[in-house]
Amino acid sequence: MKQIFLLLALFASVSVFAQNEKYLKAMESRLAAMDTTRSTSGLQALSDAFTRIGDAEKTQWLPYYYAALCLANAGWTDPSLDKDANAAKITVLCDKAAAINDHAEIYAIRNMAATQQMLVDPQSRWSTNGAEAEAHMKKGLVLDPGNPRLLFLQAASVFGTPEQFGGGKATAKPLLEKAVEAFDAEKPQKLYPSWGRHEAAQMLQQAN
Amino acid sequence: MTRFLLLCILIFRAPGIGAQTTVSGKITGNRNQPLPGASITLKDTYDGATSDSLGRYSFTTDEKGSFILVISAVGFREIEKQITLGSEGDVVLDITMKEKIDEMTAVVITAGSFEAGDKKRGTVLSSIDVATTAGADADVTGALKTLPGAQQVGESEGLFVRGGTAGETKTFIDGTLVNNFFYSSVPGIAQRGRFSPFLFKGTIFSTGGYSALYGQALSSALILESIDLPEQSSGNIGLSVLGGDFGYQHLAKNKRSSWGISYGYANLWLAFKAIPQRQEYEQIPSYHTADANFRIKTSSSGIIKYYGYFSSNSLGMRMNSLDTLGFKEAFRLKNINMFHNLSWRENLGKGWKVNAGISYTHNADDIQGTLLNEQNKEVSVQGLEFRNFSLTSPGNYWNAKLVFDKRLAGLSVLRFGAEHNRFLDISDYTDHLGHTYRTGIHEDITAAFAEADIYITNRLAAKAGGRYEYATLPGRSNMAPRISLAYKTGAQSQVSLAYGSFYQNAERRYLPAIGNTGFAKATHYIAQYQKVTKSITFRTEIFYKKYDHLFKTAPNSYTQQSVISNAGFGDAKGIEIFWRDKKTFSNLDYWVSYSYLDTKRDFLNFPYAVQPNFAAKHTASLVLKRFVTEWKTGFNASYTYASGRPYYNIMFDNGESVFTDRGKTKDYHNVSFSLNYIPDLFKKDSKRFTVLVLSVNNIFGINQVFGYNYSINGLRKSAIHPPSRTFVFIGAFISLGVDRTQEAINSNL
Repeated sequence: MKQIFLLLALFASVSVFAQNEKYLKAMESRLAAMDTTRSTSGLQALSDAFTRIGDAEKTQWLPYYYAALCLANAGWTDPSLDKDANAAKITVLCDKAAAINDHAEIYAIRNMAATQQMLVDPQSRWSTNGAEAEAHMKKGLVLDPGNPRLLFLQAASVFGTPEQFGGGKATAKPLLEKAVEAFDAEKPQKLYPSWGRHEAAQMLQQAN
Repeated sequence: MTRFLLLCILIFRAPGIGAQTTVSGKITGNRNQPLPGASITLKDTYDGATSDSLGRYSFTTDEKGSFILVISAVGFREIEKQITLGSEGDVVLDITMKEKIDEMTAVVITAGSFEAGDKKRGTVLSSIDVATTAGADADVTGALKTLPGAQQVGESEGLFVRGGTAGETKTFIDGTLVNNFFYSSVPGIAQRGRFSPFLFKGTIFSTGGYSALYGQALSSALILESIDLPEQSSGNIGLSVLGGDFGYQHLAKNKRSSWGISYGYANLWLAFKAIPQRQEYEQIPSYHTADANFRIKTSSSGIIKYYGYFSSNSLGMRMNSLDTLGFKEAFRLKNINMFHNLSWRENLGKGWKVNAGISYTHNADDIQGTLLNEQNKEVSVQGLEFRNFSLTSPGNYWNAKLVFDKRLAGLSVLRFGAEHNRFLDISDYTDHLGHTYRTGIHEDITAAFAEADIYITNRLAAKAGGRYEYATLPGRSNMAPRISLAYKTGAQSQVSLAYGSFYQNAERRYLPAIGNTGFAKATHYIAQYQKVTKSITFRTEIFYKKYDHLFKTAPNSYTQQSVISNAGFGDAKGIEIFWRDKKTFSNLDYWVSYSYLDTKRDFLNFPYAVQPNFAAKHTASLVLKRFVTEWKTGFNASYTYASGRPYYNIMFDNGESVFTDRGKTKDYHNVSFSLNYIPDLFKKDSKRFTVLVLSVNNIFGINQVFGYNYSINGLRKSAIHPPSRTFVFIGAFISLGVDRTQEAINSNL
């Protein structure tokens, strides 16, 4: 009898282990694909692939997070992409991720989506999408004041704002330094986002 | 035991090794077009695919058994299909998806209306545009006159739209009728609107074919929506050559309610000292205005709003008499006006919405007309006794409106409701002998209306409805159908068609009637094409408007015009073009509008159908705006043109109206300029925000003629000019406790 219990317990743990391993493997292969995917259609397909994992797993926020990140990456590289439609898709994915874990990292993506919308027509979208991006940044930094990706995005936004609007390289420099410090202090975790370190260092060089 | 465990693990790790199933197919839309980017998911697994540029998809899976395949694509309804994997080999499944009608992509019915509002799509003018249009003097109607459809009429207030009179345009605030939108008329001088453009978050200027929710307007509806809660508490101070004002808005800590008050005093003494006026003033115009408001959120979507307005103003002026040379005619006006508007809107759930509003207006004009001799002493001249009179006319008006919205399938909406208007006018006319004659007009108009917005597809939508009205003065009812259609021809372009009938009672200044009064009727036919991208707006409309049963008048015993019949008629047709471009020239935002109008009508005392004196054949405007960030200054300029308008002298001779003189004024040109300097711009965390404004109307002092006044015998005439050739306005507006930099960047760039 005791043996049967042991067997059942083992059975259960093996099942969980197998499930976890399946998740890890699926995520890792897709994360590897992300590093080499640049085309919008490729990133959209990858986003769908992450979304499928998220839909199946139900308790993991990272699949939805990466699904949103793929679209945000496409938003930066593809000038012909409809930023409003893309942002709408990103928001849906971020909402799904946040429903599982309202993590500061998700606000970095929300901030990027709103920023991309603002950049379509900065003059007239400054007060709507710009303010929205700002609000996501604030919320994210409340959740995690030292988040390197949020700090980097904040610095990058100042970097890209014209001087007469209170931006510019000189103003951005101390912020970039702070972001780079935060990246250096960050300990790598499995599957956890780690993008931005390289870009931050590069921008800091330009600011010098 | 270990072997058994190993087996178990193996079973779990590799289900069905070597027996993968391929699922593939093609995804198409409802017009059989391939859909790229559709997501195909085997539910509750990681397996699936995204369709390629030809709509094809393919993926392999190790799963066995019965599964659900979920297919989703942006703008289409999600589809679920049951499939069986493993036993029957590879699965090939082609899927046709149905379009989802959604707000972002669906066509909008736009025929006949210009929407100005920050949040609306297809925005033509934003509220800030109204304030920074040169020559508009921050008056809502001033800015609307730079859009196609409205006439450049300078001798009286109001919007003269597509061959219609100012009385054919009605204004609505939060759904209810506003009875005295403009300050009371003064002979030969157009009056401003009473309300600041900053009270409103949305403006719809409809030049025809509008919704069944609005009635009693033959030509046009100006639909204003007041702002909801302010973003934060703030104070404001304004100082200008015309006077000063201050106000305070308070937002409750929980951000669920707010209240505000403001007071302003204007006196034109300084302005008239600096800029000579054509009229001679015995009393300089002065105005007291005060308003109060509160707004309470009743739920996440519900709000109760109150706006109350009080004003009193007076003026007295003298003009040279055309009848007895050397003598003058004095015109003295005292006005008291009060307007209260209470509205409520709420989502009732299950797709139901309610909009309710009541408004009350009290307006009292006290007018005195006097003939003066060379010493400015009152005199009575035989044959001109009627020049000495006084007219006291208090009026009380109530309006109540209730509208329900029911969301149907997709974006389709059914809207219906009822409206009641009550007008009580008393007018005491005292003649030169001191005899007072009282007339009273009591009119009730009840209306019921229903309309449906039907979205057939994302590309095709229709609005169909009708309005029933019963009015007590004619003691008659009417039924007005309204239909419009819109079809999207491209991602950013669409065509619209609109048709509708519109009924209106006689204007109360021509009442009481001597003869039969029914309704006047207008029928509108409009075709429109528009293309709106992020930086340009282009629209063109062709319209035909037929007038039936226009009111005819004849002089009554006090030489005032009174309605004798509704046997008048007329028509108006034309073409209008609007172009706005924010991109072609860097940092320059400009718009051009042009209207061609061909209209004739027989109404009031016209002997027969002619082009009316308020209608020009060609009207055009060019408006330019440029903000120079380094100087923190916005530069605005405008040019407006109107071809000459006809003018007539109509006399009543042996019971017949006859033209004793007629002609055409010279063309109208006006160039105006304004600049706004924002010294506090970009100051971080500034709690004070100042805007300095300088505006010059008719900067080149071009001689403008709006028409002619005639002597009683018709032998002498004099041109009606604006009160001064050029007008200069200098003012400072200061906001306290709120950083408006964002707003200013947004509105000025």
